Amino acid sequence: MASATRARRALGWAIWVAGVAPALRLAWLGAHDGLGANPIEELEHQTGLTALCLLLATLAVTPLRRVGLAALAPFRRRLGLLSFAYVLAHFSLWIGFDNGLDPAAIVEDIAKRPYVTAGFAAFVLLVPLAVTSTRGAVRRLGRRWVQLHRLVYPAACLAVVHYLWLVKKDLRPPLEFAAVLAVLLVARLVIPRSRARAAPSRLPRKGAASAPDPPGAA
Amino acid sequence: MTPLVRSERPNEPRVAEITPRGLWLRRREFVSGAAATVAGAAFFGACSREGGDAANANEAPPADTLTPKQDATRYNNFYEFGTEKTDPAKNAHLLRTRPWTIAVEGEVAKPGTIAIEDVLTAFPRQERVYRLRCVEAWSMVIPWLGFPLGDFLRRFEPTSRARYVAFETLLDPEQMPGQKRPVLDWPYREGLRIDEAMHPLAIFATGMYGEDLPNQDGAPLRLVVPWKYGFKSIKSIVRVRLVEQEPMTTWSASAPDEYGFYANVNPAVDHPRWSQRRERRIGELTKRPTLPFNGYTEVASLYTGMDLAKFF
Repeated sequence: MASATRARRALGWAIWVAGVAPALRLAWLGAHDGLGANPIEELEHQTGLTALCLLLATLAVTPLRRVGLAALAPFRRRLGLLSFAYVLAHFSLWIGFDNGLDPAAIVEDIAKRPYVTAGFAAFVLLVPLAVTSTRGAVRRLGRRWVQLHRLVYPAACLAVVHYLWLVKKDLRPPLEFAAVLAVLLVARLVIPRSRARAAPSRLPRKGAASAPDPPGAA
Repeated sequence: MTPLVRSERPNEPRVAEITPRGLWLRRREFVSGAAATVAGAAFFGACSREGGDAANANEAPPADTLTPKQDATRYNNFYEFGTEKTDPAKNAHLLRTRPWTIAVEGEVAKPGTIAIEDVLTAFPRQERVYRLRCVEAWSMVIPWLGFPLGDFLRRFEPTSRARYVAFETLLDPEQMPGQKRPVLDWPYREGLRIDEAMHPLAIFATGMYGEDLPNQDGAPLRLVVPWKYGFKSIKSIVRVRLVEQEPMTTWSASAPDEYGFYANVNPAVDHPRWSQRRERRIGELTKRPTLPFNGYTEVASLYTGMDLAKFF
């Protein structure tokens, strides 16, 4: 029991480190002229890609749990929030450097560029999920929390579409993300839900042995 | 606005020796500012340092500073060596630029092939500092070494039926590994109307920054048409054909609704997926306004009476 707790704690730290490492790497590269000739574009690409990877990792938690790999289950929220941190950085770079904080330019970008529309929609869908990720919010919202957090599916699809639509020619990288997302979504449909069905309102206390899997939640 | 033109003389300081030091120092500032953003700090500070929005078209355009050579040689669109911007610098060493010949054929009185060595002796090189505006909304300022395309073409005596010029890049997947994937219909092809080709601003470049072209920038011979989007400036040319009909060009064949034959830099005509109104000058943080014809308005008379939104 004690060793299981230690192992889980170690995994939790590993996720923190893995989630923060890309940001530290970018900061280090930035300070050492390592971001190439177009550093803003590179930061936009890297924060976007990292956000998408972490979002897919978040979405992988439930299917993995259903096939018996429950180790990541307690850390779904952590993965989701790490992903959102990169989304926020990605969004801020676009607002600040691509549009120079000009509201008219931002609105025009969202209205006229389908890939921006998709990316912005994904961002808008993810904001309430991040805001309601606290234990208190889960408790207060009850069943509605589960319904609300289903927004992660359209958000993930929009994020992949955002990537697909901005690529000039070589569609292979975004299609790889699309394939992984498709596998995760299909897995969710075809792998039966496990018998563990904790109600969303009864989240275990911090450090409790098993994590909840609210029905249908991400 | 006017290009800097001068002959290559051994006693003059070469552009490569002029260190754009101010730019470099400023650039560090940009980059650390950007890094700080990711770390979650100094975001708005970095923006205001740049002076905020540069999109106001009424303001005079910001000054042009030479792009550091390091950037012009490591940030390239040259899909023959891979689709990432950093791929050409990694893979272009596979290209052998000697021996190299250029075939000139079609509607010319004197068709033939010319070796690159003969090109270099027959046409004295001038230095031309041009803005290069990519269709992806970034730009550079590059000191080319080259000579007017018109001088080259006249040597082969175009006939009266030569209304267009078609160019072709080398096709050799062993030297150009990007050609192993059908990302584009290889070989890369481009074209100009004959009056565009004869315009004194259009050049064949064989060098940049006072030296021969690096492979990733289109060695040994490339086109530079500064008033058009960068993809028109075809690299590593092996064939020039003068023709009567508008030739097929690679990007417009690949996505006809996104890339036209003319591809003149035009802030008023957006790419279907992104705006062309502004551009990021490599080395700068925020975007600056894009100028009609990339600022080379002396070419506007070539298009009198044409609807540039239709012939984009």
